[in-house]
Amino acid sequence: MKVAVTGLNNVDNPAPGVPVIRVIKDSGQFEGEIIGLIYDSLEPGAYMPEVSNKNYLIPYPSAGLESFYNRLVQINADENIDVIIPTLDAELFAFAKLESKLAELNIKVFIPTLDQLTIRGKDKLFDFCQANNIRAPKNILASSINDLYKLPSDLKYPVAVKGIFYDAYIANNFDEATTYFNKISSKWGLPIIVQEFINGEEYNVVGLGDGTGELVGAVGMKKLYITDKGKGWSGVTIDDSELIDISKSIVEILEWRGGAEFEFVKEKESSEYYLLEINPRFPAWVYLAVGAGQNLPFAAYQLALGNKVTPFESYETGKIFLRYSWDLITDIKKFEEITVKGVLKNE
Amino acid sequence: MSEIKISSNLAISENGFLFMPLTGESFTLNEIGVEIVNFVKSGINSEEIINEVIETYDVEKNIAEKDILDFIAQLKNFKVAVEG
Repeated sequence: MKVAVTGLNNVDNPAPGVPVIRVIKDSGQFEGEIIGLIYDSLEPGAYMPEVSNKNYLIPYPSAGLESFYNRLVQINADENIDVIIPTLDAELFAFAKLESKLAELNIKVFIPTLDQLTIRGKDKLFDFCQANNIRAPKNILASSINDLYKLPSDLKYPVAVKGIFYDAYIANNFDEATTYFNKISSKWGLPIIVQEFINGEEYNVVGLGDGTGELVGAVGMKKLYITDKGKGWSGVTIDDSELIDISKSIVEILEWRGGAEFEFVKEKESSEYYLLEINPRFPAWVYLAVGAGQNLPFAAYQLALGNKVTPFESYETGKIFLRYSWDLITDIKKFEEITVKGVLKNE
Repeated sequence: MSEIKISSNLAISENGFLFMPLTGESFTLNEIGVEIVNFVKSGINSEEIINEVIETYDVEKNIAEKDILDFIAQLKNFKVAVEG
């Protein structure tokens, strides 16, 4: 088997590729090679022999779907890839659009459909939640600074200012909101989401839907340490059936296909959960789910191959992950190899 | 004095480390804190807890009463304990 995985940029805003590969290998049932698909020559996971056997540079999907697809065809001609596991939000639309063409190459993916990706979009999520009695913060889409002048009366400061794909800041007043609007729009484009700020603690769930409405597994987590980029650097598994039940109902309603991360905030006064986001892929902390007893990425890999999986019934509470950074020393020749040839083989 | 009880599904170690699986929060208690939580768990009310502490430790009733009621208020504030 050859499995290609994206998102090997295990940096201060880590992508989920490296943990996804680790857990597939940890299953003890995987025999084959891991191919890293990387967007940048310095994605650390590409230089780790224990992570990937071989790595290929690929163009960003934003460079055009055709060139993205052609590069995958080129790589597949050498590698005969069986499964691709995309792990980044921004590439999922491209993979979903290419799913049937990849199937013609005998490459399988197990990812959300285009409709599912659209519904969970930050600009559509509130409507979905309203229609399905799931609490979510109110929001508006701002396409210009002018829209910030006309915030609805029930949207009071502080508000969360978010990019359509990434980045979020809390703005306490109009001046801060305009600063964050400019900062995010220059990086990620428009529209900007201006969202009601819910005061409370953040909770996350990693889950896997089988595409027919069944939740294969889900693990709840509370972040214990959050970096200045808002990334959880340690977290603990928790036992809150309400959190899992809400995630389960979302998977059922959407017939969610693939991995997902459900981000909630528990409102301080009412202790009620509000759904902030659905990330349409496994999170970078997915290794914790495996430590707690649910190897969800390996189950997703099995589903991609068309195999049946038995849903997970429970997980261990009180398991903690602690992320750390580690300096990897390598030779400039490796960097040269991937930069010039677009291919890097790990011995 | 009102009855209180410890929230269900709460783990407390001999070292005084208290973990709430529902919320992921953790707290560290000192020796007497562990004793008080264990008293609450055993089902006795605030007044009985105060009497137990006075019997065990060399402390005046009004000081014990103030400290223990403060501590119980904190347990409720952090949702470690709820009104029973």
